[in-house]
Amino acid sequence: MADLWRRGGAGAVRRSTRAWRVRTSAVIMAAVVLAVLLVPPLAQLDEQAVDLSAKLLPPSLAHPFGTDDVGRDLLLRCVYGLRVSLLVGLVAALVATVIGTAVGACAAASGGWVDRVVMRLVDIFASVPHLLLGIFIVAMFQPGVWPVVISVALTHWLSTARIVRAEVLSLRSRPYVDAAVSGGASRWRVTVRHLVPGVLPQAGLAAVLMVPHAIWHESALSFLGLGLPTHQASLGTLVQSARGSLLAGDWWPTLFPGLFIIVPTLAIAGLAGAWRERLNPRRRSELTL
Amino acid sequence: MTFGKTAPAPGRIPWGPMARMTGRRALFAVPVLLVVTFGAFAIAAASPFDPVKAYAGTAGLTASQENLDQLRANLGVDQPLVSRWWQWLTHALSGDLGDSSVMRQPVTQVIGERLGWSVLLAAVAFVVAVLLGTALGVLAGRRTGGWCDRAISSLAYTLQAAPPFWLGLLAVWLFALKLGVLPAGGLTDTGSTEVTAGQVLSHLALPAAVLAASQLPWFVLYVRQGVADALDEDPVRGARARGLAPRTVLLGHALRSGMLPVLTLIGSRVPELITGALLVETVFSWPGIAAATVEAATAVDFPLLAALTALATVAVLLGNLIADLLYGLADPRVGFDG
Repeated sequence: MADLWRRGGAGAVRRSTRAWRVRTSAVIMAAVVLAVLLVPPLAQLDEQAVDLSAKLLPPSLAHPFGTDDVGRDLLLRCVYGLRVSLLVGLVAALVATVIGTAVGACAAASGGWVDRVVMRLVDIFASVPHLLLGIFIVAMFQPGVWPVVISVALTHWLSTARIVRAEVLSLRSRPYVDAAVSGGASRWRVTVRHLVPGVLPQAGLAAVLMVPHAIWHESALSFLGLGLPTHQASLGTLVQSARGSLLAGDWWPTLFPGLFIIVPTLAIAGLAGAWRERLNPRRRSELTL
Repeated sequence: MTFGKTAPAPGRIPWGPMARMTGRRALFAVPVLLVVTFGAFAIAAASPFDPVKAYAGTAGLTASQENLDQLRANLGVDQPLVSRWWQWLTHALSGDLGDSSVMRQPVTQVIGERLGWSVLLAAVAFVVAVLLGTALGVLAGRRTGGWCDRAISSLAYTLQAAPPFWLGLLAVWLFALKLGVLPAGGLTDTGSTEVTAGQVLSHLALPAAVLAASQLPWFVLYVRQGVADALDEDPVRGARARGLAPRTVLLGHALRSGMLPVLTLIGSRVPELITGALLVETVFSWPGIAAATVEAATAVDFPLLAALTALATVAVLLGNLIADLLYGLADPRVGFDG
């Protein structure tokens, strides 16, 4: 209890842990990107190769993550799954960011009743739980890659719209915008040329932070049997198809795909946290997920 | 800003303003529900979903065209979107939410039978998450940057990133299969026909623990931040300067103002609670409403899915209202104007 008062040295400690966290995150993300880009073309291995003589082998030197119930190497399956999940997450985050930026910028630039109606609709959209809305969309459009991307994108643009709107409103009072307006630029031109470029850093940060969310949603939908088809290795379908083995007592087909969700998520959060601090230096450490 | 506002007398609950806020929110809920249900019908209309096939199920493959056309007319599929939605809405107001094709019973009956189990699971998980989260948050926020804080924060971030279904499966493996201390799923033991409190309790333990673990990180991190910020505030410094014991300052002063953000969280976590329940109930075959939602989605059971989406929206709005009422009560400066 006495150390409650000794807060002097904490700043230095925090700075060094933060630098360490950013470096570790960068190394992990570099490894992830290299793995998903290089392993599939270079390894020349078939991740679908079934080997019934090697089914459900525990982790060993030959198979660091073990094998699944039809003898496929789990490390390879996880890398392929991460590749699919990352791609789905990136595309969904990109689409959501474009929608969010467009809606937020239009609402703020038009002002008046358009702004009020649009932001009310955003509030209403936000009162349906994301995963439930995602499940609803995928159920109606049949599970598959594109319904998953669309459902994740359609549920994730709301926060970006709010951030972009707030940012545009604060930019609008800057002198350079006043200068453009008094120079005779149209409202549309001011929005596209002067306001939107100004909000891109914040929108970009929101997009990066959205990627882990999108991966999380894709894996949840796939796990529920409402996402990607089971033969398509994604981190969610890997956990889903490992369920039978788990109930028979074999833990590795379940454990490793989950770690492949957690570790990149933490690494992205670590990098995005540093970026956010640079963008908003006055806002202190905030939750980054 | 507190200027120009008369603060209510301490110790007296401002029922009037609270009732007015509740009334305003109830009015706001009407357009929200209209938009959400209409949105559900619009999505279904835009999708390749065919209610006749969904309703007839496998029988639809052998049924004659005549029967299918009859069914089509009965279900009113050919009517325009707006009139179908309006019909559903007027029926819903008279207590008829249609029939669930996957459960083969009225939607109201499905909800009635299952809602209680979901509320039980969510409530237990929520209480555990709030209590444990507050305790861990205080431990961490006491000295940010210390080893205790770093251990707790890392745990919280990791838990936040971990998918609840994965945690649930690992919990089943450890506690049900390896240690054999708790059942792997369901509400009662297989073969048992009665629902006894003891059985429900043992079957509740794992899903509630996993759902609590999935909700824990937010509470830990918010309490931690709140306590750490409060320790730097003037009233707390004043208390310290007066020579009060560190424990009194931490629990009596810093925790009290650090708990404020948590109060709003309690209501605004409802969407995440529903998200977690969707996954946890499915993993543990808990007979709740969230598991029914997933079943309805897999079987494309539109009547059940639409009703449950509307119900979830009501729950979220109710959570927001509770959060704002609590916040206004705890901090009179906030008031009940929202």
